[in-house]
Amino acid sequence: MDYRSPTSAKDAAGLLADEGAHVLAGGTDILVKLRAGFVAPRLLVDLKGVPRLRGIDSDARGWRIGAATPCAEIGEHAAFAAAWPGVVEALQLIGSAQIQGRATLGGNLCNASPAADSVPALIAAGAVCEVAGAQGEREVPVERIITGPGRNALARGEFVLGFRLPIPLARAGDAYLRFIPRTEMDIAVVGVGVSLALDAKGVCTHARVALGAVAPTPLLVADAARALIGTRVDTAALEALAAAASAACKPIDDKRGTIAYRIKVAGVLARRAAVIALERATNRK
Amino acid sequence: MAKQHVTTTVNGDTAEFLCETEQTLLDVLRDELFLTGSKEGCASGDCGACSVMLDGRLVCSCLVLGVEVAGRKVETIEGMASGDALHPLQQKFLEHAALQCGICTPGFLVAAKALLEKKSNPTETEVRYGLAGNLCRCTGYDKIVRAVLDAAAVMRSA
Amino acid sequence: MNDMTFPKLARQDLKIVGTRPLRPDGVDKVTGRAKFGADIHVPNMLIGKVLRSPHAHARIKSIDVSRAQALRGVKAVITAADLCDLPSEFIPAGEMMVNFKDMTRNVLAREKALYEGHAVAAVAAVSEAVAAQALTLIDVQYDVLPHVMDVVEAMQDGAPLLHDDMFTIGVEPRPAKASNIAKRVEFGFGDLAAGFARADVIVEREFTTKPVHQGYIEPHACLASVSEDGQAELWCTTQGQFIVRAFCAKLLGMDVSRLRVTASEIGGGFGGKTVVYLEPLALALSRIACRPVKMTMSRTDVFRASGPTSGAKIWVKVGATRDGRITAADALLKYQAGAFQGSPVQPGAMCAFAPYDLENVRIVGFDVVVNRPKVAAYRAPGGPIAEFAVESVIDEVALGIGMDPIEFRLKNAAREGTRAPYGPKLGPIGLVQTLEAARAHAHYRAPLKANQGRGVASGFWFNIGGETCAAMNLGEDGSVAIVIGTPDIGGSRASLSMMAAEELGIPLQQVSAINGDTSSLGFNFLTGGSRVTYSSGMAVVEAARDVIRQLRERAAKIWEVTVEEVEWVEGHARLSAKGKTLSLAELARTAGKTGGPISGNAALNVTGAGPSLATHLVDVEVDPETGKVTILRYTAIQDAGKAVHPSYVEGQMQGGAVQGIGWALNEEYIYDDKGRMENAGFLDYRIPVCSDVPMIDTVIVEVPNPRHPYGVRGVGETPIVPPMAAIANALSHATGVRFTELPMSPPRVLAAIDAHRGA
Repeated sequence: MDYRSPTSAKDAAGLLADEGAHVLAGGTDILVKLRAGFVAPRLLVDLKGVPRLRGIDSDARGWRIGAATPCAEIGEHAAFAAAWPGVVEALQLIGSAQIQGRATLGGNLCNASPAADSVPALIAAGAVCEVAGAQGEREVPVERIITGPGRNALARGEFVLGFRLPIPLARAGDAYLRFIPRTEMDIAVVGVGVSLALDAKGVCTHARVALGAVAPTPLLVADAARALIGTRVDTAALEALAAAASAACKPIDDKRGTIAYRIKVAGVLARRAAVIALERATNRK
Repeated sequence: MAKQHVTTTVNGDTAEFLCETEQTLLDVLRDELFLTGSKEGCASGDCGACSVMLDGRLVCSCLVLGVEVAGRKVETIEGMASGDALHPLQQKFLEHAALQCGICTPGFLVAAKALLEKKSNPTETEVRYGLAGNLCRCTGYDKIVRAVLDAAAVMRSA
Repeated sequence: MNDMTFPKLARQDLKIVGTRPLRPDGVDKVTGRAKFGADIHVPNMLIGKVLRSPHAHARIKSIDVSRAQALRGVKAVITAADLCDLPSEFIPAGEMMVNFKDMTRNVLAREKALYEGHAVAAVAAVSEAVAAQALTLIDVQYDVLPHVMDVVEAMQDGAPLLHDDMFTIGVEPRPAKASNIAKRVEFGFGDLAAGFARADVIVEREFTTKPVHQGYIEPHACLASVSEDGQAELWCTTQGQFIVRAFCAKLLGMDVSRLRVTASEIGGGFGGKTVVYLEPLALALSRIACRPVKMTMSRTDVFRASGPTSGAKIWVKVGATRDGRITAADALLKYQAGAFQGSPVQPGAMCAFAPYDLENVRIVGFDVVVNRPKVAAYRAPGGPIAEFAVESVIDEVALGIGMDPIEFRLKNAAREGTRAPYGPKLGPIGLVQTLEAARAHAHYRAPLKANQGRGVASGFWFNIGGETCAAMNLGEDGSVAIVIGTPDIGGSRASLSMMAAEELGIPLQQVSAINGDTSSLGFNFLTGGSRVTYSSGMAVVEAARDVIRQLRERAAKIWEVTVEEVEWVEGHARLSAKGKTLSLAELARTAGKTGGPISGNAALNVTGAGPSLATHLVDVEVDPETGKVTILRYTAIQDAGKAVHPSYVEGQMQGGAVQGIGWALNEEYIYDDKGRMENAGFLDYRIPVCSDVPMIDTVIVEVPNPRHPYGVRGVGETPIVPPMAAIANALSHATGVRFTELPMSPPRVLAAIDAHRGA
């Protein structure tokens, strides 16, 4: 196996055009697969040396996070954490402090586990990927990237450069909750990201609800959002939200959870995440 | 294919080694540099026994390739004491009997040092969550947490 | 033979024993200097790797290793043909028995692969990569057979048969048909029918537990070096270097004296490192290659191929009168042994009701094989499983008669003189003291909120003694070097040095202790059975008394008096009549002139190990919408006899309690329908992480064991016995539901809560 560390997106795209090439970002997924023999690439293309894939910036459009920025670095960015606390709490649940020292949003997304922790929060936030490849660059909403367990919508030679998130609306809040059997270190049995915004009277005018680990891909659940929009996110709205979340699940029985369990807990967590998002929205200046 | 030649810095000293691309930083530390203080407990990033600092960040060395550390700064358990002066964490682990078999201890010490560098006055809960990436099967974690909290107090007053 | 006699009451005059000095091996462990099993590299070393069966049950038709042998860089390839085929012979391994015929087949499969992960062949090559490639070139032809994973299914007529020569022992008449039931055991006495007839309340429940792994963080690792004349050295992580020597010599057909085994530091064992896996393979490969061979197990292989403890089905029935006396107790235990016989059903049956003083009791147990890795000892083997079931039923009986669960246990507690269900009368034990301490503890009175519950459970473990040697050598500067033969798993070098210093009356700094290799001492049974502080301690004390006798003789010679006139007081020989003293250092310095070097020895078969009893209290909170259980507060109370180093006694209590928490809440083996393990890693085999548990408060009770000079009882195993029942009982009080299946993971808890609410 060969290893290259390109320093420009163009060089990276050139190297990744090779069929035997594989991206190396944080390495926390691919090294495990390599050791287990699940993948055997001829070439690892290390994207961490490409400046456009590193760093956190904000401009008039909003926030931009380099796809190969370690989660720990994102978590340390006070302004970003204040803007999107739900996204930050999601990425701070990936593995451990050690994992977060290396893991990246690009890797968490493109590895395409249905249970990836950062993805429901990014979807709820309305995040968009900047994708680069031999044909040039394009933007793709995060919810369209994962197409199935372990499969993503990128063509050969394409890779994610960065993530764009909007500036949060006034009186907006987001939250991410997941269910795991222990308190840390587990893959999510259910993950829920909720983002919502209120008007001056406290009525919800905008909402996005995304579920993870309950279907072959993370789900953006329009019905769940509709249950909140136009309401004051009161008990009745929360019940409707929970029902919509449970109804959207298409889970499997596996070593981490059963179908019935995931359906039930999805509703419970959706309700709890919405309550936290509401509190953050209410308190945001 | 031929091995790669890598030059890096380990515990402040220049280190050079040859390695296959497939070898992790943990493999290289243990089998090429003979720094066996970092341990393999799982090779999948789930136990933290291989914890090291890479460019000032806490990582699992089993999830970093040897070739990735060229030109970078690696710090392992072997660099934690200064001459014959133990780091306060090392001293407190001994005083609190925070180790039984000792296999997880290097990983915990590196992780705890990283934690205290970011949070100098952590609560018990913050210590527990901060060290959740390090598994111990012998102690039940009680004395480890006490040692870390005590070391934090010593380091704050220094 | 140890025929020393010791005072019955706790000694009040101890200066070092009972204090908390820093452990002597600690600095190496906090600096990364200490060398564990895989921390060794030698010149000319080869890397060994194992080929394992992908099938849970299959006949091995043929193994063709020719392509592997031909690969450049491969220096040796072995199959079962390279080990001795041994006849059936049972020998102790820790607190369990192993059979050599089974052992040779477990380390390398012969006729059949009996579990996924079963070793089938092994190679040694110049690098990890070449060895891995060589494995892919070994052709094994399997005839896949139906497999059986569940203990109850394995006991049925018509279940897939693992061994066609297994005819149940302990059943009259002996069965004519082979089955998967290796053995039936029975203990007890009295008249059960009469006892149940008298009872006002009877509770009967069936329980299910799953196999759980010891979970040591250090995988198995060894390095073997056999030279051209057949002499061999083995470095390995083990709980018993002498046991490894015995097993490997037998498996390889070597003389014991030609194999020197050195124990590395051990990164956790808990019973799982009392048997051999890689060691005989590394020796056999090295014997062919005449080069050192290093082998380590991956974490995946540790789970797939090294012994967990049994999963089990347990039925318990207990009857009591309204005034709180148990009138009858009955239990049926069905334990999985894995692919070869030897589950800990016998010790489980012996311990099940041992905390109680009973007139009518019966325990029947079955040892059953299934297509899973062969079980190995895990901390109080067999006891936690049986006592989980019994302590849960005890709780329910107490509730049924409206009595506090501690009061109920006090009314029935085993004490000195109680006849244990397995026969003998118990010596002094501290169960009552632990129950009283629990009742008086602030934890027991703390208020509880909604969705919270408190549970109590007690636990019993016998502890063992066994063959033990120690040597004590005086340096010319008066320093004392102890050589023991039992690996230090939890701080025993500290405790043993402390006992030596206490006996000799010298400062602890003057004493050092090492764990010697097999050429340095006579046979030592392994570190297990909570025996080291007790047995190696006994041997160290006897060696110290041997040294003291010699020191007195030397002083007598110097002073030209009889040895009877010389006392040994606080590290000095003393002739009171003349006011003369000589320190140990002075006597050591002149040893050459007074008769030669001074060294003491002890070679004992230690008996009289006293049981250690415990009572645990736990508060839990349940999230009623998700079934998640949080441990809010935990208090472990245990009788240590005498805590030589209280910090390390506390450590055993805390570590065992947290292993029990994992066993109770999340740990289990998950298999697919082909008998392949789905969670062979620390991601999905969920042991407790730091944030999962609170501080574990400990109370050490001391009811001295009169058979030990300091009153010591082993403490290492009992702590894992009560937690599962304590948590199940707490959960029951929080939810109103009885939990009879482990682990009590969130989906199970939620389903039970929802069913109860609906009912």
